[in-house]
Amino acid sequence: MAEAVLLRNVVALAGRFPVLAGADLTVAPGQVVLLRGANGAGKTSLLRLCAGLLPVASGQAVVLGEDLGLDRRGARRRVGLLGHATGLYDDLSVRDNVRFSVRAGGGSAREADAALALVGLTGRLADTAASRLSAGQRRRTALASVVARRPELWLLDEPYAGLDADARALLDGLVTAAVEGGASVIIASHEAGQVEELAQRTVTVAGGRTTESVLVP
Amino acid sequence: MFRDAALVAGKDLRVEWRSRVGAQQVLPFALVVLVIFAFALDANHNLLQTAAAGLYWVAVLFAGVLTVQRSFALEAADGLRDGLRLSGLDPAGIFLGKAAAVAGQLAVLEIFLAGGIAVLYSASLHGVVLLVLSAVLATIGLAAAGTVYGIVAAGLGVRETLLPLLLLPVVAPVLLAAGKVWEITLQSGPGAWGWMRILVIFAVVYLAAGVLAFGPLLEES
Repeated sequence: MAEAVLLRNVVALAGRFPVLAGADLTVAPGQVVLLRGANGAGKTSLLRLCAGLLPVASGQAVVLGEDLGLDRRGARRRVGLLGHATGLYDDLSVRDNVRFSVRAGGGSAREADAALALVGLTGRLADTAASRLSAGQRRRTALASVVARRPELWLLDEPYAGLDADARALLDGLVTAAVEGGASVIIASHEAGQVEELAQRTVTVAGGRTTESVLVP
Repeated sequence: MFRDAALVAGKDLRVEWRSRVGAQQVLPFALVVLVIFAFALDANHNLLQTAAAGLYWVAVLFAGVLTVQRSFALEAADGLRDGLRLSGLDPAGIFLGKAAAVAGQLAVLEIFLAGGIAVLYSASLHGVVLLVLSAVLATIGLAAAGTVYGIVAAGLGVRETLLPLLLLPVVAPVLLAAGKVWEITLQSGPGAWGWMRILVIFAVVYLAAGVLAFGPLLEES
């Protein structure tokens, strides 16, 4: 079976600055890979490149069978990115935000509502404006949008930031369920312990390069 | 494409309905512009009546710049532009949706401003068919051009000041043609249809440009 992600010596630029300087990464279908590295190492850039948000300057980048060097929009609809920013419209309610995101991806309002129930955003909370949410609730809302779109590749950038213990356990459960359904997951995280239990492999990123790949026993 | 456009337009209008920025800030601003012109020219009431059409469209234009700025400021916060790129929406649909939402807001604003020139400038609003038709065409043109230049400015750091600089010269033909149609119609003169052609061409050109160029512009913004 083809790899979910195949990066070979990928260089990506932000302006004239190389944020990725020869990154290599392989992620098999159904695999969870943990990205480690210091701040500014290139973890977020690697996730953004996989999402098709960062252009490939050189090298080979194939995500879900789509060559990002030829068409970086090709895989976007099948990728779910949970980044530092939650991507919520402050004036819209939680429900409206998730419904918009899900319907934009071709889903239905019912799928959005089911995802909201899954992450525990129901009742009055679902009708609350996003501007009134706590940081953790905003992340739950963003997570609901990702879940409802059923991506084949999950890209999670510091996904535990701002989440309480219950929400962390919920996230782990959702990732596990997605992997059982055949999705691949790349997690960039500073958190030790909990996230390592999910990952089959850890990859270290430094200076825009992937320097080490270790199978988790 | 049209399904995506309806989705984006619905979202933008819902945001505006909830935030009330259009009703509480843009509309009062446009009315204040009309009032200021009234103060400035009231000593010569005939001049005010003669210039009513042009002043009306200047007020619409200023309000249009604010509306377009607001439309793209929405997408600038909290990674929303990345969200739009990842959404899977057809860029042409996003363009049409955002332009439709801007046009919808401008249309409401124009109704209030028409009331404003009737009251403040004693303008007699006859020839309603021509007035409405030209307003519809001008609004489509303004919204389409505004949305194209809005996404251009959105990718640049100084977008608040850059957008008016980019947009106002470009939409000068709309100001000229719509102002002329309204002036001729309000004064019951002939020759309005010739100016309507400019409005049609402008709207078609910028709708086509937006549909074709919005995708690459969104990627670069």
